[in-house]
Amino acid sequence: MKLPDLPGGRVLPVVTAPASVLSATGVEVDPTDPAIVQLAADLVATMRVSPGCVGLAAPQVGVGAQVFAVDVGGHPKAVTTHGTFVLCNAKVVEASRWKAGREGCMSVPDLTGDVRRAGRVVVEAIAPGTGEPVTITTDAFEARALQHEIDHCDGKLFLDRVAGAHAIYQRKVYL
Amino acid sequence: MHELAITVIGPDRTGIVADVAEALAGLGANLTDSTMTRLRGHFAMTLICTGTSAEAAAMALEPLDGVTTTVREVSQADVAADGEPWVVSVHGADRLGIVAAVTREVAAGGGNITDLSTRLAGTLYVLIAEVDLPSGAEDELAEHLAVAASELGVDVTLRRAESEIL
Repeated sequence: MKLPDLPGGRVLPVVTAPASVLSATGVEVDPTDPAIVQLAADLVATMRVSPGCVGLAAPQVGVGAQVFAVDVGGHPKAVTTHGTFVLCNAKVVEASRWKAGREGCMSVPDLTGDVRRAGRVVVEAIAPGTGEPVTITTDAFEARALQHEIDHCDGKLFLDRVAGAHAIYQRKVYL
Repeated sequence: MHELAITVIGPDRTGIVADVAEALAGLGANLTDSTMTRLRGHFAMTLICTGTSAEAAAMALEPLDGVTTTVREVSQADVAADGEPWVVSVHGADRLGIVAAVTREVAAGGGNITDLSTRLAGTLYVLIAEVDLPSGAEDELAEHLAVAASELGVDVTLRRAESEIL
């Protein structure tokens, strides 16, 4: 997917749990608002400088809004990929092929957890800048990343979905 | 049949499980259910075994290096599962009384906690509990958990446990 033209992005500090912004439902945004377009660029810039980061949502940089960036390109677990992209007001409209997998999060740097997610999703959203509707059909790792980021925009962390008492793990290193 | 409940706790080192298992095997004891984990670097193991006396097990475990052990005889427990499996997740800023308040609500709602783990990671406190709930009790428990969580300033979710049985 071609990323709409975005301004230069700023690298923002990443917020970690238990910050309240991570637990609040993000507001729907006007994707053509210049402040949202700048936020989209900032999310991409911050994601790119963060080692191992495949997605970053606005609440993670302290903004309670439904905007997130994803880039799973080159990840060994990725099958279908759409490159680097930013979505606003995204919703999962179809989900199937549920499967457990291990997730981490820059906002929960010390823990990982096993979470069941759909292995195939259809996501509808709006592109920042152009304001055009976008439909993404994807699978595997990119589908998991999208669901993780959409959860952030809804005030949820992977901790709200871990499979059981023995499904959280102390992280040894953060890639 | 008599069962023994044994706990082993101490600073973690290589070989504790092997030492415990070897000491019990030497008595002809049969190790049935057991669980072991590390809690902030402390080795912690709980196990049930059969086939030996509490006195013999205590004597065999007493010389183990650097660990504290307890042995007691217990009557065989009823292992029948009751209720429907749910998972409670709680996360938020660490403070006194999170586990007490949340588990009291679970108990008041008729829920039996079957597995529980908590983690303190920096200032973030996380509790994950697996709970068997009486059929139809979930909505009321979810409401009470939400009130307790709000008073504690933490987030709580109650959801049905996923079952993926082939």
